[in-house]
Parts: sequence; structure tokens; C-alpha cells
Amino acid sequence: MSEPQNTSASTPAPAGTAAGPSSGKATEEAPARATAAANPPPAAGGGRTFLPQSTLLRHLLVLLVCAVGAMILLEITDPFTNSQLASLTYYAIAAGGLTVLTGLNGQISLGHGALMAVGAYTVALFLSADEPIALPLILLAGVVTATIVGALVGVAAARLHGPYLAGATLALAVGLPGIAIYFHDIFGGEQGMRVRAPRPPEVFDSFIGFVSGNSATGTKWLAYLGTICLLITYFLLANLVRSRIGRTWRAVRDQEVAAELAGINLGAWRVLAFVVSAAAAGLAGGVLALVVRLAAPSGFTIVLSLSLLTAIVLGGLGSLLGALLGSALLVFLPPFVTDLGADFGLNNTEAAQLAPFVYGVVLVVAMIFAPAGFVGTVRMRWLTYRAKQRTAASRAASGG
Amino acid sequence: MSGISVAFGGVSALSDVSLTVEPGQVHGLIGPNGAGKTTLFNVACGLVRPSAGRITWRGDELRRLRPSQLSTLGISRTLQGVGLFAGMTVLENVMVGAHRHARAGFFSALLALPTADKDDRLLRERAQRALAELGAESYAGRYPGSLPYPVQKRVALARALVADPDLLLLDEPASGLAEDEMHELGELIRTLSARMSVLLVEHHMDLVMRVCDQITVLDSGEQIAAGTPAEVQADPKVTEAYLGDEVVETDAAELARTEGGRNA
Repeated sequence: MSEPQNTSASTPAPAGTAAGPSSGKATEEAPARATAAANPPPAAGGGRTFLPQSTLLRHLLVLLVCAVGAMILLEITDPFTNSQLASLTYYAIAAGGLTVLTGLNGQISLGHGALMAVGAYTVALFLSADEPIALPLILLAGVVTATIVGALVGVAAARLHGPYLAGATLALAVGLPGIAIYFHDIFGGEQGMRVRAPRPPEVFDSFIGFVSGNSATGTKWLAYLGTICLLITYFLLANLVRSRIGRTWRAVRDQEVAAELAGINLGAWRVLAFVVSAAAAGLAGGVLALVVRLAAPSGFTIVLSLSLLTAIVLGGLGSLLGALLGSALLVFLPPFVTDLGADFGLNNTEAAQLAPFVYGVVLVVAMIFAPAGFVGTVRMRWLTYRAKQRTAASRAASGG
Repeated sequence: MSGISVAFGGVSALSDVSLTVEPGQVHGLIGPNGAGKTTLFNVACGLVRPSAGRITWRGDELRRLRPSQLSTLGISRTLQGVGLFAGMTVLENVMVGAHRHARAGFFSALLALPTADKDDRLLRERAQRALAELGAESYAGRYPGSLPYPVQKRVALARALVADPDLLLLDEPASGLAEDEMHELGELIRTLSARMSVLLVEHHMDLVMRVCDQITVLDSGEQIAAGTPAEVQADPKVTEAYLGDEVVETDAAELARTEGGRNA
């Protein structure tokens, strides 16, 4: 039950879903660039006919379907998979934010792991209080602090391009965890801060009892909590992606000078993208702290930032569905490969070493055969197919 | 703009150039390659800062003009080439051009409020109208990369027009166009001049002479002539420096131009 396909079928990705079949209507030919493949098309005419015209209603509908799907998935899988799905939620939240920044706005960030750390430590600090405030507020606090840090970084980032931006954000990824070590009295140094996982509310007990009769464990609660955060994040991000905001970001990415002449203040819009992305990273960090019950520097190394980048590239840059799929691969592939290795008679250490290798191979193979990522490739195929169909149709029309 | 001078690291690109675009007029800016036409354009757009001179728009001096403020002031510009957003459909490209008319903000977009939907619908309608005006509405759902160059140029023009500018800056709108398309473009520019002023940089002499009310001639960063098409054509300096080779179009004339240009 732990295949990525299962998650993709039932966990949320409003924009990605919308970027699927409905796109055929508005587009006839494949875009020239790889990143463009994962862009959502305009909701010309409000998408497919059986979906509501209003973006809000349409996205709420997708949200509802995804929520039900996620609930079913969480109830039919075992506790271990539940905990894996909980990890998936924080990866997917951060990757969703990053794909908006990188895929839509063309800014690269190697510092998202550090922004997650900001969110995680904020949540850990708030929870370590004797009488912690309500959990949603704590998570919100994590979002706010990460947003503030993101705004500061974004202002610097807006002036940088390509490798320089990568370098600057890399400095963030390397430097920020150092703060936790330096101020070890507050942040617990290398050991990090233990996070007391909040107890599930009683409503949750009765809810789970009502839905499936399973026991409402702490793990399950965290998986649900992560899923709720994921759903909200993707709902909001999808709204942005499909709106003028998303369009303006893509304009800035594609052609700076033309965008500027259209009246777009490049710097302000770049900072905005960074801030939105940082907010998602902050929430992801908060969820991570709750799920792993620890906020420690070792959890937010450059490896985390790079994993997020590979996840969105594999899934398809600029697509929320792609970010989700990439995150699923990140979470489910290593244990899958390790199990496989064990089955083939490798000892535990060898089997564990196999996972990063296979992930690397998958990444290389994907970049050779599907550089637009999973969603991008599927979408390009679809658009090419539509274009061929149209040409055939018009040829038939002119012939008859 | 008056007394505009620009120097790039000691090399003088423009020296003391002045030109005024009157409301409702089509103003041509011509000159041989490297004369500084595009540089002057870039100064007008805030892409290049002049080392001397003033830019005035509707009686107000524009200091420290930033390109992104241009469209708010009612000035649109097309780029040399096309400069379309490759990853966006034609319709979206034009919708970005209507940025100035957008009203819904970040939070209504974040929450997908009906105001954002309504705002987007208005922008889409504007964009569709602009595309229809240029006869490119059938390409709305296509991506720029898949379209022939002349269509791309029309889309780029639609993107500039959708902002409803009072002054339209056209940077070589006819480059890469066939004869009949160029003729259509000329007609279009004349039609547009009823609604807005146009400043036009162009190489195709016949187009410039046909559509412009006023012409300024630049050569090697200096203004060598200004006036109506007839006056400019009659100006011996212009003929010598520039028009000569355009009319004859032989290598000999090319040579004469370079020498003549130096002497002028």
C-alpha cells in the first residue's frame, strides 16, 4: 500500500489535477520549454463544463475529494504507513512552496531546509512553554517567523540570479543551523529540542471511532494533522498558481524586460514569491517538528534542501501534483529499495546503502528521458497528442 | 525629452538629442545601425539612465524613472524582436500586458475570492479584445514558440496595446515582416494614432515615410535632422548620411555613407 501511485490517487493536488485534462481545451500545442510543460494553463472558460465556473468552488471541490481520499488512505493503511504518510506531508508542503518559487518564478533556493528549521524551532519553542497555546496558533507562529526570515532572504535573493542565488541560499542552509548550535541554551545545541507531541483532542478519538473503528493513536493524529496542513497549503498555493499572481510570477520568470515594461516591479514580485515559499517551508518545518518530535540541526542539513529540489524536479517543476509525487518518491522509494535489497539477500547495511544509489539512478534516468519531470512529461505528451488530433481534424475537414 | 546624452564607459552613445512626440502624432526615429535609436528608446523607458538631459511627460519631469512605472504613466513599449513569455499562452501573454488594469490583490487571489475571479475575467476580456483588434484571437490558446514570427509580433503588439497606453513606443515593429504585412502594420499604426501617440524606431524607410507625422534622424548619436517626412527627405545631410544607401542599396553607396557620415 505504500506505492506513490496510491498517494497520488487520493492525496490533494488541486492545481495539478486541474492542470490535467482541462488544459486540452485551452491549448493546442506543446510549449517550447521544459518548465513550461508543468505550468497550469489558464482557466479559459472556467475549465471543464461539469466543474463550477468559480475558482473558489472548483478548488474547494477538489479539496473535498482529496480530503476524503486522504482519509480513506489513512484508515486503510497500517500505522507504519501512517507515519510514513505523516513524513510525506511535511516534505510535500515544503516542496509545494519550493515549486512555486523555482518552477513558477524561476528562483532557485538551496536554503529551504533552513527555512523549515526556522518553523520547526519556533514550534518547538512554543510547545516547550509550560502552558502552550493552541496548536494551530503555534503552527501559525512557525509560518510567521519563517515568512519574516524568508522576506529578508527574498530581498537579497531578488537581486541575484542563477548560481549566485544558489550560493546565497546555500549559505543560509549551511549557516542557519549553526545558530542553533551557537545559542545552545535556547535551542539545545547539537542535541536539538525535544518536541512534546500534543495530545489528540477528544473529538479526534470519536471521529476515528466513528469513521473506521481504528484506534486513534498519536501517530494517526499527527498524520491527520499533517494532512490537514498539506490540504490547506495546497489549496492556497493552487489558488495563487491559477490567479494573476501566478501568471505574473511566470512572466517574471520567462522575460524580465517585457514583464518590467508591462508594469511589473520585478523585485517586489520576486520577494513575494520567496515569502510565499518561505511560509510553506515554515509550516512544513512545524509539522516536521511535531512528526519527528525533535528539532535538531542534523535534521535540516543541506541534504534536506537538495532532496526538496530533486523532488520537485522529478515530479515536474511548477506543478503542485508534481511536488507531491516527488515527495512521495522521496519518502517511499528508500524503504522500498531497502526491502528489495534485503529480499535479494543483502545484509541490512548493504540494503540501506542501496537506497540513495537507486534514488540517484532514478534522478539521472529521469533527467535523460523526462527532463520535464513526471507531470511535465505527461502534460507535454497530452498537448502534443491534442495538437496532432487537431491537425488531423482540420486536414480531414479541408479534405472532405 | 531634451538634451539627452548617454555615455557608456566613455563612449558617447547619444549627445544632446531632443525630441518631442506631440499628442496623437506618429513620430519616427530613424538612423543607420548604431546611431543610438534603441539607446534613446531605452532612456525613454528608464532602462538606461542618461548622463544629461531631461525627460518630460505631460508637463512633469520624470526623474529616476523605473521601467515598471512606465505602464502606470500610460506608456507601452514593444521590444526589438518579440520578447514574449515562452511558457505562457498567447492569451496569458496579453493578459500580463494588462497588468496596469488589475485591481484584485494578493489576498483575494490567495483565497480565490470572487473578486479575483471577476478581475481575471475583465483582464481576459481586455486581452481578447486586443487580440481581436490585431486579428490574432484564434491563437489565444497557443504557445508563442509554435507560432510564425509575424503572428508573434502581432501578439507582442497586442500585449503593449492592452494596457491602453497614451504613448506607444514601437521598436522595429516591421522587422521580419513581409511586404503586405508591413502595409497592414502601417494602416494599423495610422489607426492607433487616433487614440495614442506613437514613437517608432524603424529601418524600413517606405513605412516610416508613409506613417509618420514627424521624423527625427540620428547618426552616430547625434541628431542630424528633424521635421516632416518631406522635409527630412529633402535634407541633404540625411540623404548623404543615410537615405542614400537605402535608395540605391549598393555596396558603393554603403561606402559613400560611411565616409559621408564621418564628414557630416
